Amino acid sequence: MARTRTPVVSGWFTEDAPDGGGFRLLGTRCSACTAVFFPREDTYCRNPHCPGGGELAEVPLSPRGRVWSYTDGRYRPPAPYVSDPAVPWEPYTLVAVELEAEGMVVLGQAAPGVGVADLAVGMEVEVVGGVLNEEAGTAEASGAPGASGTVWTTWQFRPVGGAE
Amino acid sequence: MSADIAVLGAGMHPWGKWGRSFVEYGRAAARSALADAGLDWTAVQSIVGANTVRSGYPGYVAGATFARALGWQGARVTSVYAACASGAQAIGAARAQILAGLADVVLVVGADAAPKGFFAPAGGDRPDDPDWLRFRVLGATNPAYFALYARRRMALHGDTPEDFAQVKVKNAAAGLLNPYARYRKQVTAEEVAASAVVADPLRLLDICATSDGGAALVLTSMEFARARGVADPVRIRAVSTVTPGYPRTVLDLPDIATDSARAVAPSAGSFRSSIARAAYEEAGLGPEDLSLAEVYDLSTALELEWYEDIGLCGEGEGAKLVREGATALGGRIPVNTSGGLASFGEAVPAQAIAQVCELTWQLRGTAGERQVPGARAGITANQGLFGHGSAVVAVR
Repeated sequence: MARTRTPVVSGWFTEDAPDGGGFRLLGTRCSACTAVFFPREDTYCRNPHCPGGGELAEVPLSPRGRVWSYTDGRYRPPAPYVSDPAVPWEPYTLVAVELEAEGMVVLGQAAPGVGVADLAVGMEVEVVGGVLNEEAGTAEASGAPGASGTVWTTWQFRPVGGAE
Repeated sequence: MSADIAVLGAGMHPWGKWGRSFVEYGRAAARSALADAGLDWTAVQSIVGANTVRSGYPGYVAGATFARALGWQGARVTSVYAACASGAQAIGAARAQILAGLADVVLVVGADAAPKGFFAPAGGDRPDDPDWLRFRVLGATNPAYFALYARRRMALHGDTPEDFAQVKVKNAAAGLLNPYARYRKQVTAEEVAASAVVADPLRLLDICATSDGGAALVLTSMEFARARGVADPVRIRAVSTVTPGYPRTVLDLPDIATDSARAVAPSAGSFRSSIARAAYEEAGLGPEDLSLAEVYDLSTALELEWYEDIGLCGEGEGAKLVREGATALGGRIPVNTSGGLASFGEAVPAQAIAQVCELTWQLRGTAGERQVPGARAGITANQGLFGHGSAVVAVR
């Protein structure tokens, strides 16, 4: 049995955007005032100047943006971040990216292999799919060989045209 | 502009890792503030508690918890929570009661017993909670956000890690002189540079620790103070409590994204600058009138940003101010004369109250070796999760 690929949060991204663009973050857009929200806002428009009466429709966000800032995590974050305390901590990189069309800054982990030395404020980056963590299924946890369990998928950023 | 209220008493429990209940710290701070005011607890007509959310059930009902610990006496009671701005909102609630004529004497108390290490969200699976989500999905701790601001300052304004370290050196030098501070020793720039990186570019000594601690104030109407023979008390002239404007374009705790700036053009100025602006407008004074300021130095780099946000200098000029020594004790406009969170650490519901304790002692001229000569006016500034921003202006 193969591991199930499950988004860490449902509805925030797709691996198969409707415009054929592959992996994309998903937001919502208010039809009355054009405000865009990420994480998606499905209940009400949060723009105080919105005339009202609009509907919030799902919209894929810009595939690219520019680095607003970045950092890394040299110490293991507390729960609910999932990590195995038996495995030495591997720092990960966080990137805040200003998306081109929406003019919003989205925070995400960098793709594997992208460290702070590979980044600069203003650099162009693209969003890609990635794996946040994997959880073994019950068969595997009990010692039986196999590959059951869950692969938690997420979004990641990486410099356009290189660095992996 | 609104009417003044008087600060008759200020008190603290020393900060540190004492391993006791927040109730004990709050009670000790309250009794110290009452003694300072020369008032018995039974003279207090209203108690306002700033809530802690990590100390079990009584933490959520802090006002009554402190009232019980001091001995039930029938006072009006209020409990408030606004994350890191809880203490300022408790002061705001007390002031509103005094100005509305609901009470003449109000005791404000905040205390916490903070866990070691990173702050983390409350337990359980709560995918609707932004604070839970940023840990689960990104592993983004508070220092990660501080580091994002620090890195951006380096890119935009040319700040260096050495500039950041100077803030720690300065605040440690002030904290050394404060008997309530947790850390009371000098720190050198070399020691900051030698400490471990937590979130690049910030190191351990750039980031404030978590602590236990308590702080309390006795606030009264001006009439009550005069009737007690206190003709010229320290006065609270403004308490701002503001939310951001839409669209918020600076990534803030605990959010994963900012608002889009496409549907509505962002207004001038940052959320943080609007916190101080509202307080200045209410107080009828400006940054040029200040003798000192207490700001939330959650990280060294963030303190430089506050200089700009409270109007001590222009945007991007914060590092220049610390390099010149303007914000050190003895400088033109000392900031964090108490030693700041760098010397105290975070005891969330207490820290905004502790800032006003420091203003009180400075404006009375009783701050000892860290006294700002002739202090006449001061501002505090703080910011809490989920869009809470508060500032207090006190004058003499």
